[in-house]
Amino acid sequence: MITVDGNDASGTPGPSGDTPDPLVALTGVSKSYGNVRALRDVSLEVHAGEITCVLGDNGAGKSTLIKIIAGLHPHDAGGYTIEGEQVRHSSPRQALDRGIATVYQDLAVVPLMPVWRNFFLGSEPTRGRGPLRRLDVAQMRATTHQALLRMGIDLRDVDQAIGTLSGGERQCVAIARAVHFGAKVLVLDEPTAALGVKQSGMVLKYVAAARDAGLGVVLITHNPHHAYLVGDRFVLLKRGAMSGSHLKEDITLDGLTREMAGGSELDELTHELSRSRKTGTMDGDAATSDAAPATPAPAAPEPTPHADPADPETTA
Amino acid sequence: MSALDVIGTGDERLAPRSVARRLLGRPELGAVVGAAAVFLFFSVVADSFLRASSMGTVLYASSTIGIMAVPVALLMIGGEFDLSAGVMVTSSALVSSMFSFQMTANTWVGVGVSLLVTLALGAFNGIMLVRTKLPSFIITLGTFLMLTGLNLGLTKLISGTVATKSISDMQGFPTCRDLFASHWTVGSVDLQVTILWWLGLVVVATWVLLRTRAGNWIFAAGGNADAARAVGVPVARTKVGLYMAVAFCAWISGQHLLFSFDVVQSGEGVGNEFLYIIAAVIGGCLMTGGYGSAIGSAVGAFIFGMASKGIVYAQWNPDWFQFFLGAMLLLATLLNAWVRKRAEASK
Repeated sequence: MITVDGNDASGTPGPSGDTPDPLVALTGVSKSYGNVRALRDVSLEVHAGEITCVLGDNGAGKSTLIKIIAGLHPHDAGGYTIEGEQVRHSSPRQALDRGIATVYQDLAVVPLMPVWRNFFLGSEPTRGRGPLRRLDVAQMRATTHQALLRMGIDLRDVDQAIGTLSGGERQCVAIARAVHFGAKVLVLDEPTAALGVKQSGMVLKYVAAARDAGLGVVLITHNPHHAYLVGDRFVLLKRGAMSGSHLKEDITLDGLTREMAGGSELDELTHELSRSRKTGTMDGDAATSDAAPATPAPAAPEPTPHADPADPETTA
Repeated sequence: MSALDVIGTGDERLAPRSVARRLLGRPELGAVVGAAAVFLFFSVVADSFLRASSMGTVLYASSTIGIMAVPVALLMIGGEFDLSAGVMVTSSALVSSMFSFQMTANTWVGVGVSLLVTLALGAFNGIMLVRTKLPSFIITLGTFLMLTGLNLGLTKLISGTVATKSISDMQGFPTCRDLFASHWTVGSVDLQVTILWWLGLVVVATWVLLRTRAGNWIFAAGGNADAARAVGVPVARTKVGLYMAVAFCAWISGQHLLFSFDVVQSGEGVGNEFLYIIAAVIGGCLMTGGYGSAIGSAVGAFIFGMASKGIVYAQWNPDWFQFFLGAMLLLATLLNAWVRKRAEASK
């Protein structure tokens, strides 16, 4: 919590103002699998201390985009630069070495392992040499506790199996891990899908904390409400192509929601629905709730339950 | 309880978990309870069971299964099976014996060649698994059948009978026997060297599992291979390594088999793979991987040893042993499941 407050001041006013190069920039990126054109001509920018949201319905190409950024698949056409340098990844390890950490929705953790073992999995610190080379258990435990604390997660026991944590907490541990291991760009794949309102708020808060720590964040979601709470830039995908790209100051939540649901199609749908229900309620309301089909509780203006002054939206 | 609530309430924490609670969280607990029950049972029904000399026999029986149960448990924690482990022991003994005999070489040469061949068998299992991505059940079942056939076929082809020729008069035999099949007497108890091999392996495996990077990777490979791969764990290498560990222990067991009897029956070992798996499961290993311990497998093997010899000491018909083993497996697994549920709820 203290960290969120402290970094807020330095985080908001256009960080690292002297370097114009974005951390990650995609320009006109395309990807085909055989004759299926999964992604066509998509561009986006990720800056340090900012959150770029990628919005789209199912099948819009969000997962293809994430796979390209994370290095699981190379792109076919277009440019992919990291801090101004052209790259083409052929494995997730390469992307990881360049500071791009991806947190997948399901792949984040090994449920039966304790939190501290999960935290250091794949990058375990050791001490001693030869046959006595062993895990530095004390340091691993302490570091896990501190790193989580810095993100505002205060675990009672880092020895508990991570599967006993809630879905939101697990996402947060995965985010804290990426931050601790020096990621420059954090790619989050639907971190709030399948979470309740309260838990979503918690995850968004840690996403904002990562941003305030100076990371560039790519937030993939199909929930415009969550995106608008924390996002600085919005890229909308539709059927594999980019259907819009906005800065936060250029668009309202309603505008974003409408555009995501596909402006004219939505008008048509609203029209149809109001005809079937003669006593059509407020048009605006119907539009909003229809536009976010996968949101269980569509109007969630304040999902962070224990709201404190340093909430994400105040920085916008 | 979400993390937010904990933050909200400041420093308020749960009281430290009691020792009993901590014990409940250990994978071996079910096996230890089971071992105590079996021990008490045979202490009551078999008069001679509690004699020191009987304990030597029980420990020997436990160690022959235990030596293999350790790597099989690690492999199971890593999420895989090895059905070829039983016959691989026989293969290892056959290679050692026949190489020494046919080449009239020092038995140490045969032991060395056997090590290489057995490790290659393990590597074959592992590499087939990670390359083809077929279930380990199928791959090692294939290896199991092929090795069974090879053991019989090659032995008949080379020796003319189903057993190997005696190598007890060959050079190097006494020293090999010292290493793999010696025994010494402490008081009235006759202790086999396999007990030392067994305990040594348990210590090494526990160290690897709990205190090294490789151990972390074994848990992760079995617990969630995709997540492990995503954070840079060499899952394929870990699994191949585990199969080679099984092969290494099969080599130790095989050499013991050879040097304690000096001839090897080529049809031996079939069915033993299940005893290893049973010991690992009784010891708390999860069939689906990601959970278990090497110490648990040792306790499982000890239960096996007590049951197999206890039935003899109780002067029952040994035919009942299989039934006893099956019932114990079911009970232990149920107990483990119950304990684990309790343990997870207590956290």
